[in-house]
Amino acid sequence: MSAGLSLIFGVTRIVNMAHGSLYMLGAYIAYTCATKMGGVLGFWGGLVATAAAVALFGTLVEVLLLRRIYHVAELFQLLATFALVLLLSDVVAALWGVEDLLGPRAPGLRGSVEILGRNFPQYDLFLVVLGPVVLGALHLLLTRTRWGTLVRAATQDRDMVAALGVDQAKLFTAVFALGSALAGLGGALETPRQPANLGMDLSALGDAFVVVVVGGMGSIPGAYVAALLIAEIKAICIGLGTQTIAGFAFNFSKLTLVAEFIVMAIVLIARPYGLLGRAQAMPRHTAAIENPIAPAGRGLRLFALAVLIALVCLPFLSRSPYTVVLGSDVLIAVLFAASLHFIAGPGGMHSFGHAAYFGLGCYGAGLLLKLAGLPMVGAIAGAPLVAAAGAALFGWFAVRLSGVYLAMLTLAFAQIVWAVVFQWEALTGGSNGVLGIWPSAPFNKEWVYYLLVLALTIAGVLIMRRMLFAPFGYAMRAGRDSPLRAEASGIAVLKVHWIAFIIAGTLGGLAGALFAFAKGGISPETIHVARSIDGLVMVLLGGIHELAGPLVGAPLFTLLQDSVMRETPYWRGVLGAVILVLVLVFPMGIAGTIAGWAKRSAR
Amino acid sequence: MMSRRNFVIAAGAAALAAALSSGAARAQGTVKVGELNSYKSQPAFLEPYRKGWEMALEEINAKGGVLGRKLEVVSRDDGGNPGDAVRVAEELVSREGASLLAGTFLSHIGLAVTEFSKQKRVFFLAAEPLTDKITWENGNKYTYRLRASTYMQVAMLVPYAVEAKKKRWALVYPNFEYGQSAARWFKEMMKAKMPDVEFVAEQATPLGKVEAGPVVQALADAKVDGIFNVLFGPDLARFVREGTTRGLFKGKTVVSLLSGEPEYLDPLKEDTPAGWIVTGYPWDKINTPEHKAFVSAYQKRYKDYPRLGSLVGYITLQSIAAGIAKAGSADTEKLVSAFANLKVDTPAGPITYRGSDHQSTMGAWVGKTAVEKGKGTMVEIKYIDGASVLPSDAEVRKLRSGE
Repeated sequence: MSAGLSLIFGVTRIVNMAHGSLYMLGAYIAYTCATKMGGVLGFWGGLVATAAAVALFGTLVEVLLLRRIYHVAELFQLLATFALVLLLSDVVAALWGVEDLLGPRAPGLRGSVEILGRNFPQYDLFLVVLGPVVLGALHLLLTRTRWGTLVRAATQDRDMVAALGVDQAKLFTAVFALGSALAGLGGALETPRQPANLGMDLSALGDAFVVVVVGGMGSIPGAYVAALLIAEIKAICIGLGTQTIAGFAFNFSKLTLVAEFIVMAIVLIARPYGLLGRAQAMPRHTAAIENPIAPAGRGLRLFALAVLIALVCLPFLSRSPYTVVLGSDVLIAVLFAASLHFIAGPGGMHSFGHAAYFGLGCYGAGLLLKLAGLPMVGAIAGAPLVAAAGAALFGWFAVRLSGVYLAMLTLAFAQIVWAVVFQWEALTGGSNGVLGIWPSAPFNKEWVYYLLVLALTIAGVLIMRRMLFAPFGYAMRAGRDSPLRAEASGIAVLKVHWIAFIIAGTLGGLAGALFAFAKGGISPETIHVARSIDGLVMVLLGGIHELAGPLVGAPLFTLLQDSVMRETPYWRGVLGAVILVLVLVFPMGIAGTIAGWAKRSAR
Repeated sequence: MMSRRNFVIAAGAAALAAALSSGAARAQGTVKVGELNSYKSQPAFLEPYRKGWEMALEEINAKGGVLGRKLEVVSRDDGGNPGDAVRVAEELVSREGASLLAGTFLSHIGLAVTEFSKQKRVFFLAAEPLTDKITWENGNKYTYRLRASTYMQVAMLVPYAVEAKKKRWALVYPNFEYGQSAARWFKEMMKAKMPDVEFVAEQATPLGKVEAGPVVQALADAKVDGIFNVLFGPDLARFVREGTTRGLFKGKTVVSLLSGEPEYLDPLKEDTPAGWIVTGYPWDKINTPEHKAFVSAYQKRYKDYPRLGSLVGYITLQSIAAGIAKAGSADTEKLVSAFANLKVDTPAGPITYRGSDHQSTMGAWVGKTAVEKGKGTMVEIKYIDGASVLPSDAEVRKLRSGE
């Protein structure tokens, strides 16, 4: 499974969010084969059939969807595959129903074997053998065949391979199909161990990303070593159980919640390219060189002013409190997305864990109010500082990395924060969070609170915009586009990026604090990876290379989700389909594509 | 290029029009119930739940509704997280004009809506969430809860665990509030009844990601006589399969929370372990006339058998109708007082919403797991009334300190 993702990742540089969905699809198809046909043929034949079917599906996805968007920004594929995740989860639910489906045991390997006085399931031993066999086969394929040589060459330098007359499109399709087959096979092999269920896609995806990154992108032996390492560490935590250290009873099994992310953070700090990975060659040009950002023209400024006036008037135009509640949610999303865009767009740091700062702001506000007894205004002012402290700490490590490794390190930090909040029952209320965080008068009226959110969001967005037009913003973009040249011209790239990271974290924290008071409570979900992904989706939907991107993307995504959820029980599928259409129609993000039209018609 | 731009504008306009028109069509003269639940993130339990309340709704309206008006349910997905749930609750109340709220499954979402109901003074009937906090620490005037709480479910099983006379116990539970508090209650209640009991191993596993092999091995190495299990869903299936293969359960007493519910038991099929003491819902073995009528109506309506979710959904709406009838109005304050000591005749027998802590006395069935015709089921079943395991009103008053 992870080997497949590593392959896709390394060669095509696609962040394939749908890999977990392919794995889930594999499990469901294998279940159907094993139960409908039954017996030896149904199970073992089913494994092969599943791998083939999922490979075919992967090929279709690649040809029909991904091939159309290779030419645009790297991360944009993330958006397309994210849409696929939503779509596939509803399709699988419609086809197979919602009940968990536990497949039969593997024919011939039902029992267990006694080794050193302990019982080991035969099937587990089979998997222990199968792992290296698949690994060996892949290794031979990659090192001993012409096709494998081409794939490895493409991993190193895509453009050179293309210049030598190799059809990249076919190569990518084949790699994607092989990766999909491995994902399907992985899912199929799991059916005798766990039921096929609708939560498999996301839980498997997280694991696979971690394994790939720890092992080193594109390195299949690395993925194998990483998977072993993480499984061993978890087994040790479980084996230790509750131990008493210096008088404190500590339950090590609780560490399994976050073990893989701690490993990932340590590995990435110590070895920035993973255990067995090699430094990536700089891609020659991942996206067209951007023009310098231009201040808004007169028309755009007037338009922005009109929108602003409309937003201020909103509470006076609508009678329903729901409009302003939804409005507050949208504005908070805008501030969150804009702070992420600040580092992801002009900063070039694609953070996958931006929710950490949102959550720190959220918890900062809640705990300052509840435990420190600060008034609401004090809590909202103090919370961004908590987030800033977190961003300063994590950012110091993160800015040293780049590309996917940076993304994964930020994700690891976010997960660690999440786990701490989740476990620390006494302080954070554990999984239930803290309740009773409501705004005090005069903000306890929805519309007054809305105006507060509006004012702070506009202030936050304008501050970031001002910074981007200042020398600081130019230094930041110089550091993104060419770190070497920027260093040579006297810009301390790491420092500039670190400061940017802290600013983004602070404003993300402000968004979190506003969220806490809007919802009357906080829970660990504010830090969850799903929120980080939502933020990225908003930024990408709007257009990562446009300053207006998050301002367009965040309201669109929030309103879309709100209205689709209301209209149909199949909201995930519909939302996925809508995003797919948007991806195909606006390949540069909405704001980006519109800006492109404007430029063309002006010419 | 123009054609593409026109297409986009047209699509946008269509989407906007659809969004605006939805609110316009409102039925007149109905009593509106705002229902919200994590339909997408917890489908295995909540699809049957939806069918349950839909059936109750049809029956109630076929008999003329409540107070001479039809009952209407506006149902929404809560997005599976508290932030969205609070927004959806606001939408149901202020945009849809719902008179009261009902639903939720996950504890933290249930608590967030509980808090919302207190702040906005809206009646809320929590259907599924099990956390004790909804009726105790975080309990408030406006919130009532239907299902037997974590505390109650554990209290139903403890007498059986004591009876087994096993001294060395291991606990395995999902690492979030539900699992933690179930483990805590089990240890407390066992210690109170059996002072010499020992808890020698404790495994807290991440929800949905149990590493079954090592966990089973660790429990086997601990050489225990009894296992208290709180895992459910896919985690349970993995634990059972690994444990059976490695012979973990041989000769041990296993006490397991919720495992007898069809939602969790049915996927196990012939792998169902025999002789586990569980709480659950053996729908085909409950022989009271009111329950048989419920099962046959359900099977006729849906060509499928009821799960526990179906029963909970059905009773949720039944309770709401009964409460509104008793209050004589859907007004919040009247509804709040009407629910205190409200009696409802349900397929599970008569239940009462206690005035002291707003918890219903709906109980659960306790029995032993067994395999019959390749399917998991429960034998030696007994219905335990919730009232028999709940703390007294005086104790509850201390627990509801927040009020």
